[in-house]
Amino acid sequence: MTAAAPLRIGVVVFPGINTDGDTHHALETFPGVSAEYLWHKDTDLKGVDGIVIPGGFSYGDYLRCGAIARFSPIMQSITDFAADGGLVMGICNGFQILIEAGLLPGGLIRNTGLKFVCRYVNLRVETAATPFTSTCEQGDVLRIVVKHNEGNYTVDPATFEKMKTNDQIVVRYVNAAGERAEGANPNGALDDIAGVCNETRNVFGMMPHPENSVEAELAGGADGRRFFGSMIDALRGAEVTA
Amino acid sequence: MSTPDGTPRYVNRTADLAAAVKLGLTEDEYEHIKQIQGGEPTYVELAIYSLMWSEHCSYKHSRPVLGRFPTSGPRILQGPGENAGIIDVGDGWAVAMKVESHNHPSAVEPFQGAATGVGGIVRDIFTMGARPCVSMDSLRFGELTEPRQRFLLDGVVGGIAHYGNCLGIPTVGGEIYFEPSYEGNCLVNAFSAGLIRTDGIVRAIASGVGNHVVLIGSKTGRDGIGGASVLASQEFDETLEEKRPSVQVGDPFTEKKLIEACLELIHRKLVVSMQDLGAAGLTSSSSEMSSKGHVGLDIHADRVPLREADMEPWEIMISESQERMLAIVTGEQIADVLEVSERWDLDCTVIGEVTDSKMLRIWWHGERVADIPARRLADESPVIRTPSVKPAYVVDEPVEVTDAEYPQPQDLGAALKELMAAPNIASKRWAWEQYDYIVQANTVQIPGSDAAVLRIKGTDRGFAFSNDCNGRHCYLDPYRGAKAATAEAARNLACTGALPVAVTDCLNFGNPEKGEIYWQFEQAIEGMTEACEALDTPVVSGNVSFYNESFGQAIYPTPMVGMLGIFDNVSVHIDGAFKDEGDVVILLGDTAAWMDGSEYQKVLFSKVEGRIPDVDLPLEATLQARLREAIEKRLLKSAHDCSEGGLAVALAECCVFSGSNGGAQTAEPEAPRAGRSGRWLGAEVDLGSAEAVTGAAGRPDLALFGEAPTRVVVTCAPDKVAELEAVLGDLSHRTVGRVTGADLRCTMDAKELFAVPVSELHSAYESLPERLA
Repeated sequence: MTAAAPLRIGVVVFPGINTDGDTHHALETFPGVSAEYLWHKDTDLKGVDGIVIPGGFSYGDYLRCGAIARFSPIMQSITDFAADGGLVMGICNGFQILIEAGLLPGGLIRNTGLKFVCRYVNLRVETAATPFTSTCEQGDVLRIVVKHNEGNYTVDPATFEKMKTNDQIVVRYVNAAGERAEGANPNGALDDIAGVCNETRNVFGMMPHPENSVEAELAGGADGRRFFGSMIDALRGAEVTA
Repeated sequence: MSTPDGTPRYVNRTADLAAAVKLGLTEDEYEHIKQIQGGEPTYVELAIYSLMWSEHCSYKHSRPVLGRFPTSGPRILQGPGENAGIIDVGDGWAVAMKVESHNHPSAVEPFQGAATGVGGIVRDIFTMGARPCVSMDSLRFGELTEPRQRFLLDGVVGGIAHYGNCLGIPTVGGEIYFEPSYEGNCLVNAFSAGLIRTDGIVRAIASGVGNHVVLIGSKTGRDGIGGASVLASQEFDETLEEKRPSVQVGDPFTEKKLIEACLELIHRKLVVSMQDLGAAGLTSSSSEMSSKGHVGLDIHADRVPLREADMEPWEIMISESQERMLAIVTGEQIADVLEVSERWDLDCTVIGEVTDSKMLRIWWHGERVADIPARRLADESPVIRTPSVKPAYVVDEPVEVTDAEYPQPQDLGAALKELMAAPNIASKRWAWEQYDYIVQANTVQIPGSDAAVLRIKGTDRGFAFSNDCNGRHCYLDPYRGAKAATAEAARNLACTGALPVAVTDCLNFGNPEKGEIYWQFEQAIEGMTEACEALDTPVVSGNVSFYNESFGQAIYPTPMVGMLGIFDNVSVHIDGAFKDEGDVVILLGDTAAWMDGSEYQKVLFSKVEGRIPDVDLPLEATLQARLREAIEKRLLKSAHDCSEGGLAVALAECCVFSGSNGGAQTAEPEAPRAGRSGRWLGAEVDLGSAEAVTGAAGRPDLALFGEAPTRVVVTCAPDKVAELEAVLGDLSHRTVGRVTGADLRCTMDAKELFAVPVSELHSAYESLPERLA
């Protein structure tokens, strides 16, 4: 392959977001990827190839997680970008914002333990048929950290059935052996759901933090690379065919 | 606070002695104020003096003693006297660090008290231009059998999590101890550190006559009026609940924006200097900035954005509303400063200017309501040295361990499990799981080990932090206890492979007006000083918290030592977990263990008595140097300090860590990965002869659970032992066993003392949540 222009991935910055720097850093650990901050008051996506909405506490999580951020000027541009098939990944607060913006189904409510929980969890990849998990095999178990107050995924029964039919449940909490088990789910999420995608599979949200698991020499390990790596591969593929 | 006709009641009215006494000043101090002011002060002036001369702001009782500390060294870029100490850590990077108490606010309102404690210490760090990158907290409560203590613990940990997580600063470590002496007066010591380029340090010194004085951040309200004098400089009694209005309420979202905005202002060199508003609010920040800069400041209190319109100038000047910064800005740069603040949706208001008057002048709608010589306010605060009295409870000799007073337990394995489950030893996972310890992507070693280890992005370098203080030890002997706390903090760093380089301290004591308390204080400072000198770790910043008493009962003296260690190459770091079957277990620092002040004495015999052993500082320094050398040469697989619970608990922890590190607390070991085998690893340990080990009664329980400083359990692959021996040289050490099986087995004099499955040790170690239910 010839050296292509760097892939440009946008990292959206809302006030109160605190893993924007980590996400930027994580993306740039991939050769040939350049991360670009996108300011919430702007509407210009600067021509990025894909978008990540990072985690944190946008607007202090006041009112409801993600409820204020979703009215930021940048969100209309992101909604249009997603409607055109652009890849959008939301992590933690980013997941909450995507739900508030109506780009992903369901809701994220208070952890059943009623406390913030920061913990390494085992995630089982339930489908490799998304642009965010394509480098995984179905059934792969990845060790990644969660850290949130409101990660308890819930959705109405009708939508839930539709999501299962459409294979929209992307990752679930499991034990070290890769089995769904008591104690493996850190927040009480419905059906141990940790991440979901939309029907068209180009918008993905997850509670765990892959951006804190991209370097083997750190405590977080490197399993998070699989999500970003898949997204980057998908974007490169799109570039090649475009 | 206004008169019915709406005119402010206290503006420009002169005060009197009765008012001064009400604000906590003495008659002598009031006379001194009159002499400086050339007559009766105004109410606003009196309010300012009362705060600046309070114990909390003036360190009037501690200053004469603190001069003992070593405070300089080749790495020290900023010692005490600024918002934080700064240490050069190499490659153009420096670490700014400080610890501060928020004990009394937390005792009154645990959630907000602890939250604002975090907010305040973090502001001290970014005020200097450093990006805060580490938080830790040392907490002390009464026993968990008391419902109120569980409420306080829950609130304090929740408050730290609420504020720290939102800021995106990893809370990577800390310590929690439970002793009856903290029942009426819990301790919340918040530590923060940040990274800064050595050429980017900003100091809180006002300069440039005509420059603007700018207030950035939250609006000013009536919250926290008089926090420094009402809360921090008095003992507690039955009026505790009434003091709740003196606790501030934190808004971490605003603080997060303030961090980003202020660091941008500093990095773009848009401010001359900066100072956060902490205790005593605008009063202390403005007077400190002007006195350090030998300039005057004019503050127009009526320009300060308010939450409540009818606030009076004295209230505005002493309000402790959170998330506010004071900056000195030139006329050319004010537009840029306003633009940055606007972008982050922060208030930014010019409230005054730098003058050549050397006076701190407060104005109210054009009228001067205070006019104080800034340097005299800062420099002439009273100094008090209480005559010290050695308390009657302090003894010179260790206890005699008789079978009558200290009957040896029948089942030593059960005793070990009891100790592993004791709140002071058991895993604090319940607390640290509520903290984001991994944000910023630098965390190399997570909480639950001897020290937190982080890397410096873009370099091979890293740094480590520990904090230590055993209050029970300091109570029995404050000199030896404080020395031991310092030595242990350094030893914990050495166990990771880091070189200890500097100390920040939080000195928590009772009422310094009492001779016995002052004696504890003096003794502790002496012990810390000797240890800091021997270990080459100057004190760069810190905080003194007196009046930690309730109903006349003082806390254990608790001189908390926070220490920074550095790595040239962080990849050499190790932790305390046993790694592989067959590794050799070696005890470094083979010294006799004592009953006195031990967790064993407290938990099994319900006694706190005797005299703790003294640290042999040259031996300590040698042990740490050899330990570090062995780690740097990658000869060791694990290292873990022996502290509470003695050798047996240290060994048991090494076993438990083998299968547990950050995952869910389950009965099964975590999935295998780098450095973790995915199973519980046990060990077979032979303690040799009881007489040789304990040096006294020949009791195996003392060899197992007795405590002594300067001991570390390490493991080494069998083929590296010879090379390790060469490094250790004449340092006292002994091979005690090897890593094997799934049980911890100990023998002595060829007799098995106990054999306990590691899974059972793990269950005991993780049992803290059961006590909180």
